This record gives sequence, structure tokens and C-alpha cells, in this order.
Amino acid sequence: MDLDALYQEIILDHYKHPHHAGLRDPFEAEVHHVNPTCGDEVTLRVHLDDGVVRDVSYDAVGCSISQASTSVMTDLLIGKDVDEAMTIHQAFLELMQGKGQVEPDEDVLEDGIAFAGVAKFPARVKCALLSWMAWKDATTQTIEKEKA
Amino acid sequence: MSIPGLLPELEVIRKDFPILERVLAGGHPLVYLDSANTSQKPQVVIDTMVDHLEHHNANVARAMHQLGAESSEAFEAARDRVAAFIKAPSRDEVIFTKNASEALNLVANTLAWRGDLQVGEGDEVVITEMEHHSNIVPWQLLTERTGATLRWFGLTDDGRLDLSDIDELITERTKVVSLTWVSNMLGTINPVREIADRAHAVGAIVVVDASQAVPQLPVDVVASGADVLVFTGHKVVGPTGIGVLWGRREVLEQLPPFLGGGEMIETVRMERSTYAGIPHKFEAGTPPIVEAVGLGAAVDYLDHVGMEAVHAHEQAITGYALEGLQSVPGLTVMGPLDAASRGGAISFELAGVHPHDVAQVLDSRGIAVRAGHHCAKPAHARFGVQSSTRMSSYLYTTPAEIDALVEGLHHTRSYFKLGS
Ligand SMILES: Cc1ncc(COP(=O)(O)O)c(C=O)c1O
Repeated sequence: MDLDALYQEIILDHYKHPHHAGLRDPFEAEVHHVNPTCGDEVTLRVHLDDGVVRDVSYDAVGCSISQASTSVMTDLLIGKDVDEAMTIHQAFLELMQGKGQVEPDEDVLEDGIAFAGVAKFPARVKCALLSWMAWKDATTQTIEKEKA
Repeated sequence: MSIPGLLPELEVIRKDFPILERVLAGGHPLVYLDSANTSQKPQVVIDTMVDHLEHHNANVARAMHQLGAESSEAFEAARDRVAAFIKAPSRDEVIFTKNASEALNLVANTLAWRGDLQVGEGDEVVITEMEHHSNIVPWQLLTERTGATLRWFGLTDDGRLDLSDIDELITERTKVVSLTWVSNMLGTINPVREIADRAHAVGAIVVVDASQAVPQLPVDVVASGADVLVFTGHKVVGPTGIGVLWGRREVLEQLPPFLGGGEMIETVRMERSTYAGIPHKFEAGTPPIVEAVGLGAAVDYLDHVGMEAVHAHEQAITGYALEGLQSVPGLTVMGPLDAASRGGAISFELAGVHPHDVAQVLDSRGIAVRAGHHCAKPAHARFGVQSSTRMSSYLYTTPAEIDALVEGLHHTRSYFKLGS
């Protein structure tokens, strides 16, 4: 089993030095997601303004994969149009669910391509997706609130 | 390596478990340290089950042909063996369930219904903070449904039950005390008898979750002080899909039926039915037949090795592991540190590396451990941690496997670039 395929240097870097960590104001929605099998948890806030993801802030406990994935996600999504952010979300989801068969697009996923190896470890896919699912949930809630 | 207490025929025992010869990815031989999760199965259990399916398969109790008689006999013989294994005064007190969880739910559910033992408003149920979720949630459901109150023993810093407030916890209001004999997370062996005596003094019934005790300790259900005791087949070298509920006859007779259906009746009329006596009263529908037969072979196997010897082996390996683990910088063992007062499950934290990552690195070396909350979230919360890594040994575990684990943990630290 190729451990280095899973634990890319980029992942370990983000794990040791996570970006955008902490919970910040302002925000429109806050969600709490848990991985029931292992207990990893994330509390995540989104701040949208004018169709742009202004901030994603979080407080998370979990393994290197889930922590690094959260950090990379914030790098990728903060500052993007919501539509573009959703496209990136979709690309990451497809990569993770691709059982190692999906070739990631570096232009879209940037540091996120380091997670390509995770897709070959089924037990860890949920770790990588925890905060991405939380972000989508919080963002959808915000958009629905705005509509209402 | 010779440590006092190890099973003298360890190499022979290992040969009984075919899976221990598995070689995993990268050419690493399997080092199976997840037996508290599920144990491996000896050839005799596998063969007995195959033989039953190949030569004797039929439904039990209701088939009038020769195969039916053979199958019924094998199924009921398994009940005899289990009864003998746990020293049950009567074979009829042994009820087969799907697993320990179902057995606990059976008790917690039937206590909600009308009957001599019914739990209601104003009554209290006492559990502990070190329970497996299977011995927490059914009691939460019971107390929520009936308006009773759920209370629990807290834990001391070294992972034992805090009995200092036992007289405030177990009172005239207490109807049920349910606790684990051996903790699946902290390894702690609890003073079941002492607590049971206190519970009986106030007229409460005592339910013991022996899921981790029956695999490791010689068990005498009557001496334990339990009124009801449950365990699960797959942790005693038996198959999955079969669990055991033992109860004192008087208690089982006072509990109403759990599931209704075939086999649990005496007679059925459209207006109402009457029920079979124990054990069948609690065994509605076609039971897990081949699983029960496999469990019978499993407890026979353990009896043959001898539970005193299995226990001594577990203690020897646990003591050796506790020592080895302490040599890893940044490693903290949760629960008691003396092997004599604990079972073979050892949960620990490794500073700077998350349990998932520990388990992943170990797995890449063929070492199987568990990472997560081990279905004991409240116990983890008590110690301020969200998850842990757990190694658990069994009668086939060798000191060399413990060495491999310790070496693997040193390697894990260097893989994650932690200084010493
Ligand atoms: C202490 C304890 N209780 C209950 C259980 C539940 O066993 P099962 O999942 O087989 O019902 C387990 C095992 O996971 C356990 O360790």
C-alpha cells in the first residue's frame, strides 16, 4: 500500500499549518457536520456577499486528511463567485468518488489535486469530504435564506 | 520471548486460525490487533458451520423429517454448550439473539411494557459513563418512553468507575442497573458483584454487558451477581449474527415477550395468543441456526484451551503491551495502567498524530487496529478526547506482534516528522 500517495507533502503541510482556521464574523449560516463512524467534527460558517464567497471560517477536529482538506477548500473557495465555487465543489466531489480513476484538473483544483490519492482509500474519502459537504450545506442555506 | 502466563501452545493455537497466515499488501504478514472489535475464527468453527450447511441444513423445531431433527439437535446442543460455558443453572435461561445489542434492546424494550418489572415515571435506571453505545441508547429510549430517569456513574481520572456516590445513585427509586463488565475502550474490569449487591439491596435488577468479559474471563453468571447478562458471538471466536442473553428464570418469566411470531407461541387464536415458555418465548421466527451451531463450536474451543489460561495469556500480553507502549514518546494510555485490573483492549493517544492517521500508517505495515470513538463517545468526552487508537489482543496474540505495533508507532511518529 503506497502511503506516500495518500500523505502528499501538501496535505501534511496544510495539516500542520491550516489556512483560514477559526470562526469569524460576519456570516449568514453556520453548520455543524460530524462523521458518525469516527467522530470527526467541523463547525463551519460562510459569508456570501453579492454572489461572492467572502469568507469560509471553521473550527474542526479530525485527522490530517480532513484538516488539510478543509484548509485547501478555504484557499480554493474564498473570493470566488458562488457558481464557480460550486463547480470546484463538484470537481472535488467527482475526484473523491472516482475510486482513483479520475484525473484531476489542476487549473480547477490547484492544491486539491493532492487528494487524488485519497480516492484509493475508501475509508478516508469521508474524511476528505466532511468540510466540503458542510460548506455546500451552509451555502445552500444562505442562498435559500436570501430567496425567502 | 517467554513471558509468564503466555499460552504454552501459542504456536499451535495460531495454526488453528487460518486467517493469521494472511499476507497483506506490500508483503506484510497480518498483525491482527482488533479482536475487541471482532475476533478471528478457528478452523473448527468454520468446519462445523460448513458441515452443518452441507449435511444437516433444515429449519429447527418445525420440520418433521430427519434433517429437521438433526438441525434442531445441533441448534439445541449449542444452547447446552453455551449454558455450560457461562455456568447457567438452566439451559432454558440461554436465549439466542442476533448480537449483544439486540439482547440489550430486548431487555430495555420489554421493561417498558406492562408486567411485574415495568419501569415507569419516577423510576430510575442507572448506567455508567464507560458504556458502549449499545448499553446507553436502549436505556435512553426506555427512560424517554416511560418518563423514568436515566442516571449514571462517572469515571475517575484513571478510568475506573467512580463509586463514591453509589449510595446517592442506587436508591429505592432504582429499577435497573446496567453496566459493562469489561470496558471496550478503557479496558477496565468493573466490580460487578459489589455493585450488583448494592442494587439487589434496593430491589433493582442488574443487567451486565459481558461482551468484552466472556471472551477473556472465566464467567459464572450466578456468581457475577447479574440478573441478566449478554454477550455477542463474534467476539468469542464465533460467527457474527448470533448473540446470547442469559437471564435468571424468574426475571425472564416476568418479562413480556419481545418479538411476536413463529416459535414463540403456545397457541394462537384470532383474539389473542398464549406464549411458549423460555427460551422460545424470546426467539420469534427462524433463528440464526448455523450461527448458533458455530457459536457452540466456538465456546467448546475456548473451553478446550481453558478460560483461566486464556485470561492469563491476555494479562501477560496486556502487561507486555502496556510496557512497550510507554516507550513511545508522546503516547498516553487511557484507563488503568496495571494489567491485572484490565482486559486486553488498550486505547491510547499519540500526541501530534490523529488516530486515523496512526491506524493508516500501521495498516500499511499489516497491523490492524481500531481508530475512532469505539462506540464509546461519552467515555472519550470524559477524557476530553474525540477519538483514540485502540489495540486489542486475544488468545492468538504474540509478543512479537506487540513489538511490531510498538515499532510501527515509532515509525508513525517519524513519518509525521515528530521529534523525540
Ligand atoms: C462492551 C460492548 N458492548 C456491546 C457491544 C456490541 O456488540 P454487537 O455489535 O455485536 O451487538 C460491543 C462490541 O462492539 C462491546 O464491546
